[in-house]
Amino acid sequence: PAGASRSTPSNTPTSCGCHGCMVQDPTQFDVLVMPNLYGDILSDLCAGLIGGLGVTPSGNIGANGVAIFESVHGTAPDIAGLDMANPTALLLSAVMMLRHMGLHDHGNKIQTACFDTIRDKKVLTKDLGGNSKCSEFTAEICRRIQDLD
Amino acid sequence: MELSRELSPAPCARSDRFLIKMASHGAALSVSKMISPFWGGRLGNTMKVFGTTLTSHRNKSLHTPPPAKYGGRHTVTLIPGDGIGPELLNHVREVFRFSCVPVDFEVVHVNSDVQTEEDINNAITAIRRNGVALKGNIETKHTMPPSVKSRNNLLRTSLDLYANVMHCQSLPGVQTRHKNIDIMIIRENTEGEYSSLEHESVSGVVESLKIITRNNSLRIADYAFRLAREKGRRRVTAVHKANIMKLGDGLFLQCCREVASGYPDITFDSMIVDNTTMQLVSKPQQFDVMVMPNLYGNVVSNVCAGLVGGPGLVPGANYGRDYAVFETATRNTGKSIAGRNIANPTAMLLASCMMLDHLQLYDHASSIRNAVLTTMNETRLHTADIGGQGTTSEVVQSVMRVIQSKGQLTSEL
Repeated sequence: PAGASRSTPSNTPTSCGCHGCMVQDPTQFDVLVMPNLYGDILSDLCAGLIGGLGVTPSGNIGANGVAIFESVHGTAPDIAGLDMANPTALLLSAVMMLRHMGLHDHGNKIQTACFDTIRDKKVLTKDLGGNSKCSEFTAEICRRIQDLD
Repeated sequence: MELSRELSPAPCARSDRFLIKMASHGAALSVSKMISPFWGGRLGNTMKVFGTTLTSHRNKSLHTPPPAKYGGRHTVTLIPGDGIGPELLNHVREVFRFSCVPVDFEVVHVNSDVQTEEDINNAITAIRRNGVALKGNIETKHTMPPSVKSRNNLLRTSLDLYANVMHCQSLPGVQTRHKNIDIMIIRENTEGEYSSLEHESVSGVVESLKIITRNNSLRIADYAFRLAREKGRRRVTAVHKANIMKLGDGLFLQCCREVASGYPDITFDSMIVDNTTMQLVSKPQQFDVMVMPNLYGNVVSNVCAGLVGGPGLVPGANYGRDYAVFETATRNTGKSIAGRNIANPTAMLLASCMMLDHLQLYDHASSIRNAVLTTMNETRLHTADIGGQGTTSEVVQSVMRVIQSKGQLTSEL
């Protein structure tokens, strides 16, 4: 599942019926499991909390290990082909895929590089408040990966 | 000046007659905006934060007039409920007694531990008799067999309280991430996913029926648009998932569109529920009035309550054609904080003010509301849920002190 590898103090599942809890203090939550509709609503709500669909990765896991990983944002036809898009969502989805495949080292390296680039704020795409191109953002991540090696 | 009520009031304040006169012109004005300058001098800045809910007295009114006063006093059904309900409602009675509010409460207990429906039926009968109720949440125990329905739900459907109305406003005295929120949520209250129709034809496969009817969808949409017009609101947004539930939510959306066409002065748009929650947590200021079916209403209400500071702050109202029931907006029992004097009385006190407005006891409603908001915003006496250290009783004492300081008739502190 998604990169977080914290261990919870107890394994007893609790139920929460209040979406207000999520809005007021989302840090109290760790792993949430739910039926389809609530998942649809809650995943978008949480994406809103962390910065939107441009940075949110996802995966669809099926039986026998078949899985499809995807970003959940739209096709954004208005910025397609202009080297403007933010690749973070799709990149982190690819990281999820690497972890699913057991390639944790690679996954961690790419994730660290990506997070560091965003944290640094020097090379950001337009939706995150910068004015760099998609290719520049990607190049920066690649550079950091090289440095990590 | 014609009034649709049977009894004319006993000598009422000059202010009441002014309001009645304005309402009977039937103007589609924002009456709360009109009275602000009138009340502004008396009640200060906090009045502008919470306008009163005024009702028109004509047949087209959204809210039915309260039943005839008996001896000048109203009788209201009071259902203490579980968890923090009883203690909060005791505080309401304390404040009412202190302010000499002409309301007598008929207390009806509903035991959530028993499986029979005798208690809740008594409560329903009492509400039919009195027309108005103030209630705490009745716990729905998960340990009960599935045949035992939610008591709160039974109450809402039996009395056909079809509109659940919640007004979410940012309060200046409360620290929140987002400011300047002012959203009215109108939630269909009787059908949808809460129809309690489920069956298990094949073991391990459960089918739940979500019911959407044309009648109820038109009714709630009409309510939303009339309320929007009454309050001078510009935009109504329908929240749905019609791309997936093409027939159910599709019908709801269609009904909203039909009603919208009769209100050309109000902008109508729609938004899918998952996108709505995302927009709410990132840019809540874009929303004005929202209308939606039952389950999405539950989700959106809770999100909005969280945005303005939590479940302890927002009052809620359930309106039907003939009855009105007031409670906290997010229907929590608060079991974990019951009996510890730490619960936030704001939501319940404000709900009681909404009830007083419904009974047309506007002076008392404004006085108590103003005192609650002054305590919240100026005195800044906060309970733990909004980051303070005050106890419930300290907040209530402060409210009563503010009421007393305004020089109105009160009993002993």
